[in-house]
Amino acid sequence: MSFKNRNVISMKDFSRKEINYILDTAEKLEPVARGKKRSRLLDGKIIALLFFEPSTRTRLSFESAAQRLGGQVLNLGSVEASSVMKGENLADTIRVISKYADLIVLRHPLDGSARMAAEFASVPIINGGDGSLHHPTQTFLDLYTIRRESHLEGLKIAMAGDLKYGRTVHSLCHALSLYGAEITLVSPPELRMPQEIIRDLQKNNIRIRETDALEEIIGDVEVLYMTRVQRERFPDPEEYEKVKNKLKVTGDLLKNADPSLKILHPLPRVNEISPEVDSTPYACYFEQAFYGVPTRMALLALATGVIE
Amino acid sequence: MKEKRDLKIQAIENGTVIDHIKAGQALNVLRILGISSAFRATISFVMNAPGAAGIKDVVKIEGKELSVEELNRIALISPKATINIIRDFKVVQKNKVVLPSYVEGVVRCINPNCISNSSEPIKSKFSVLQSEEEGVTLNCLYCEHVISENIAENLL
Ligand SMILES: [Zn+2]
Repeated sequence: MSFKNRNVISMKDFSRKEINYILDTAEKLEPVARGKKRSRLLDGKIIALLFFEPSTRTRLSFESAAQRLGGQVLNLGSVEASSVMKGENLADTIRVISKYADLIVLRHPLDGSARMAAEFASVPIINGGDGSLHHPTQTFLDLYTIRRESHLEGLKIAMAGDLKYGRTVHSLCHALSLYGAEITLVSPPELRMPQEIIRDLQKNNIRIRETDALEEIIGDVEVLYMTRVQRERFPDPEEYEKVKNKLKVTGDLLKNADPSLKILHPLPRVNEISPEVDSTPYACYFEQAFYGVPTRMALLALATGVIE
Repeated sequence: MKEKRDLKIQAIENGTVIDHIKAGQALNVLRILGISSAFRATISFVMNAPGAAGIKDVVKIEGKELSVEELNRIALISPKATINIIRDFKVVQKNKVVLPSYVEGVVRCINPNCISNSSEPIKSKFSVLQSEEEGVTLNCLYCEHVISENIAENLL
């Protein structure tokens, strides 16, 4: 299987077999990501980080991934990107940066920007987030975390929080449906998963149930994927206060949890997971952030072709 | 009755007659074909003409045979339209429009945050699907938004 020159735009472009291959590669690179082994795989390669929107964590995670593999990073961070390119359109910017680098990681506020960039680039594009649409490397790292800390096949997972606007849960649901997951959706009625996504999952024969209370399901899932509920989504502040407490993971709630439960969160969290949970064996979110490094290493190495 | 109608829609010597256009869509047919004031051929059109199956619009383009791909775009807004190619006053070809599976630069994406609505040097691109329940739907190949109604209002 070769991924050389392949773009990473949307999870929907990847089959289950391809996803497995990428996760296997990440696992092989994990000792390098932890700094326990040295690698010169990306020696002589230049990775351009083109961020038109601030996202320090994603950018640093890519930077760490590239440097752990011995690659060089051209960091055109968000501020520089706007002043260096002075009103130039994205298509021209991509054509120019293609001449400077072996791969471009793009983050851009417009929907479909990564898809367009791939049309103009002469090097592979990795989508670091485009508008409200895709953030595939987040989904790859979520899948990697689940595989390392639990299991992917036939997983019993609950996704909780803002399921309406949260793009990470949308593409994670899609990817998990390739592995026959049982998915429980936990959200206030205002922030339910869009119907078309539920319909798509059902087409793949995925069992879905919906609820608005964590205590109803906590004893019955192997992974709990928490997301942030933003106050701005609620016209009535009182409604928000009610929801906030219903969708909060506390030590108390976890008394009824399955001992093998793992809690994930894309971070940053606000108050949906209390700090007392951090020291329990359930907490997986900081390790999840680390797993972004081997996952992105795998994507960089595969797309540049240094690993076939 | 037939003669009366022919007076309204005069026969042409060579060119294209687009018949059975959904009433009221003739102007949109011109837009979908990219026909503007710079177009040099003679065009005549009739709106709300009586036809066998109710009222319809008709567009005639004299001296020009448009390509089938161009003409098939009409199916987006008027799926029952027919295309007649006229040579020497005779219909040499009569076809129903066929819905294309892909259109480029014809319709604007309804997502204001879509890259195809920015000043980038690209044309909008959609894959076209037709289903029993939803009729014609357009899927933006950039932002994945779906347009299932008001296609005529979003013509570029
Ligand atoms: Zn679009």
